[in-house]
This record gives sequence, structure tokens and C-alpha cells, in this order.
Amino acid sequence: MIGPSSSHTAGACRLGLLAAGILGERPRKAEILLHGSFAHTYKGHGTDRALIAGLMGWQPDDARIPDALRLAEEAGMEFSFTPGDLGSMAHPNSVQFRLTGAKGNACEIIGASIGGGQIMVTNVDGYPVELRGVLPALFVPHRDEPGVIALVSTILAQKMINIASMRVFREGKGETATMVIECDQPVPADVIRHLEELGPVKLVRFVDKVS
Amino acid sequence: MKKDKLSWARLVSEAEAKQLPLIDYLLERSAAQVETDKDAVLKKTESMLQVMEEAVAYGMTGVKSNSGLTGGSAKKLKEYITAAADKRSQDLLGPVAGTAVMYALAAAEANAAMGRIVAAPTAGASGILPGILLSLKENCGVPRKKLVEALLVAGVIGEVIANRASIAGATGGCQAECGSGAAMAAGAVVYVFGGNGKQIGDAVSIVFKNMLGLVCDPVAGLVEVPCIKRNAGSVMQCLLAAELALAGVGSFIPADEAIDAMDKVGRSLPGGLRETAEGGLAVTPTAKAWTENYFKKIHG
Repeated sequence: MIGPSSSHTAGACRLGLLAAGILGERPRKAEILLHGSFAHTYKGHGTDRALIAGLMGWQPDDARIPDALRLAEEAGMEFSFTPGDLGSMAHPNSVQFRLTGAKGNACEIIGASIGGGQIMVTNVDGYPVELRGVLPALFVPHRDEPGVIALVSTILAQKMINIASMRVFREGKGETATMVIECDQPVPADVIRHLEELGPVKLVRFVDKVS
Repeated sequence: MKKDKLSWARLVSEAEAKQLPLIDYLLERSAAQVETDKDAVLKKTESMLQVMEEAVAYGMTGVKSNSGLTGGSAKKLKEYITAAADKRSQDLLGPVAGTAVMYALAAAEANAAMGRIVAAPTAGASGILPGILLSLKENCGVPRKKLVEALLVAGVIGEVIANRASIAGATGGCQAECGSGAAMAAGAVVYVFGGNGKQIGDAVSIVFKNMLGLVCDPVAGLVEVPCIKRNAGSVMQCLLAAELALAGVGSFIPADEAIDAMDKVGRSLPGGLRETAEGGLAVTPTAKAWTENYFKKIHG
């Protein structure tokens, strides 16, 4: 990795990578809000450069990280950093991304660097989630009704995709629920299309693991 | 049934049960974990050693950090030792420890200057293992293959620590970062000189005995003061523990229990002493004055 900090540099880069993975493309515009220790020390740790490097798709050991701000600007990425407050419950090393991609995808992501380079995305577009970026994952908001989880897991099983972990977050009974499914294998595009065709499923995002 | 935590003692006994040399068992296990073969694991580990060597070389050029707070101490130490007229008084640490300290400073300074390093186990503690391994290479003629295996042993020790406790300063203080780095390196040294699994565990335990309670108190929250010199200090703890373990002195507290103690101590540290820059050296008058000035400069 590129120094100086596992949490504030390598972790930040991985957060950027995961955020770009959730968006599904390289962001054209990134509004970044930094919370807690990230807000206080981001310049000294190169957290800003590492976050942008991650959004550019670069790995934590990429020697371009120290120059990421300039290189991203040259590549046409618009970005801003604002120190802010994500609430008392937020981890001290938290960041909020508001991302827009060249294809017009938009996404709001909150995540934290939780130590030793490990990360956790806790919110995607207002849905609570837990994404760590260590395994390929599916993010599936759907209507809360009996049988949806069984349908999704059956389709994965038929394609020999093993579920490593699964969490379901629900806003309320019968409202929107979100499955976050970590898999041992990447999920091919045809499986994602199949899942998207299920009536109660609102959206399927595939998020690959980050190094 | 309660889930068993990863345990150094268990790894050692599993290797014995399989009648495999410890290194073969650890290698087999690492390969299985990431579904690859032993050669791939060794190759990956060797590439880490390579990055460590490059980090040390970069640090030895005397790089300064972005903030301007630190840098150049490894180079200064080298010049001092090289120019020494009287070796007895000016190379107090002797060649093995002296070189290890110098290289640990170099890698830690490369880290502070946004150079490429290997987190070992974290960026804050990234000087200790390179310092030790490269000194063994230079001063004791340890072949590269052995160093790669030693690095693998260190990695497994780090895995046990991360599994039972934490390697993050924000969770466990500096004992969890530099303490863990020194424990990993101590295990590596014991392995290099032919110590067995129990002796490796003894070295891990002795390091934590001597580093328990060490707080994480970085000036302005930067990985510079005191982190860089803590890497150098940790090298000394590592060599001390390794020498005792190799001599068969042993440790009354087993490694796994020492790691658990480190975890408990870490969690009972007040927040101000866990990487928040709100305690310890970070709030001394000198640190506060520098920090105020620095934040004014970078935030305008």
C-alpha cells in the first residue's frame, strides 16, 4: 500500500473503490463529505487523494495516489471535499459520497474506514447496509413479502453461486427491504438480469470485491 | 457451541498432529485459505519482501513527510555510524540491532512521505518487519528464501492477533499496531534461527509483556510523531524477545493469552489514547502549538 495510514490512506482508497463499484462506473462528479477524524486530518494523511484514487479505480498500492487529485482533474473528474457531521453514531473515520457517473447513474454512499485498512459501507441511497468489499456482493432492494428471499437464493443456487453471508434490512412490514448478499463467486450478468425480472425486486446492483 | 478463536497454540499442535514442519503446515493452510497453491503464496510473500526493500531504500534517501514534521533520521543515523571514529561508543546497538533500527526508521519515513510500503500489520507499524528482516539479510547472511518463509510466519502471527484482538490503533492503541508488528517480527526472527513453534509463541508473548499498554497518541493525528521512533523502539523489543525465546527462557503466559490481555487492555484505554490525537504526546504544549499552526496552514 501507499502510506502513511492503513485507515486514512489504504482504507480511504478501498472506500473509493467500493463506492465506484456501487455506482457501477467511474464517477464524473464526486461531492465528498468528511466526518470526524477524516475531517480533521485528511490532508496530512492524503485521505483526499486516496479517496479520489479509489474512485478512479486505482488500488491502494498504486504509486499515482500522491498525485491523484491532479490526475483525476485532468481525467475530467469534478470533486469537492467538505468537512461535515454525519451524526454522533457515525464512526470517526466516516465519509459520505454523492456520486454521479458519466452514464448518469447517481448514488449516495456512506462508509467508514474501521481500522487496519478494513472498511464498511453502511448506507446506500438511504438504505442501511453492511458492505465490506471482501467478497463480491449483491445489493437488492425489494418489496417486503413472503418468498422473495427464497426466489433470489434459489436462482443463485441453480447457478452454483454460494452465499457466504446474507443480511436483510427492512424499513417496515410490507415496505422496502434490502438484501445484501455476499457470494463466493462473482455473479454473471445473465443472473443479474434474471433477478431483476422478479416482480418484487426493485433493483439489483452487483458490487465486486475490492483488493 | 461457542466458536473457537484462531490460536497460535492450536496451529502449532495441528502441524504436529499432521507430522508436518510448522512452515509447511502454515504454507498449506495459507494456500487453502485463498484457494491457490503454495508457490503462489510464496511468490506473493516474496513480492511483499520486495516492496519492503524498496521502501527502505526510499527512506534511506532522507525523504521528508508531506507535513514537513519528520524525515531524514534514517539517513542521519547512517551518516553518524559510518563516520564514527570510535565504533565502541558510536555504534551502541551493535550491527544487527543498529541496522534494524536504521531500516525501521527508513521504512517508517517512507510511509510518512506517501511511499509504497507493506502494512505490517498496519501502515503505522510498517517499519519493524522490514528493519528486522533486512538487517538479518545483511548482517547474518540469511538467504532470501528463509526471509520469505519468516515473513509468512509473521503474517500468520498477525492473523492470530487480528482474529483474537485487534491490530488497529483506534481500537487497541499503539500496543495493537507497533506491539503486533514487533510480535510478528519476533516470531519471524525465532523462525529464522531455527526455533520451534512454542519458542515463536514465547517471543510473541514476551513482546506483549513489554509493550502492554502502549498508547496511540499521534501529534496532529499524523503517522509521524511518535510513530516513526516507536517503530525503531519496537525493533529493540522484538530482538530482545527473540533472543530470550531462542535461549529457551520461555514465557509463563502463553502467546494466545498475552494477545487476549493486549485486547482487554486496549479496550479499556480511554478514547483519547486511541489514535484520536486527544491525549498523550499529542496534547503536549509543543505538539498543540505545532498542530494549531499546521491546521491553519492547510485549511487556510
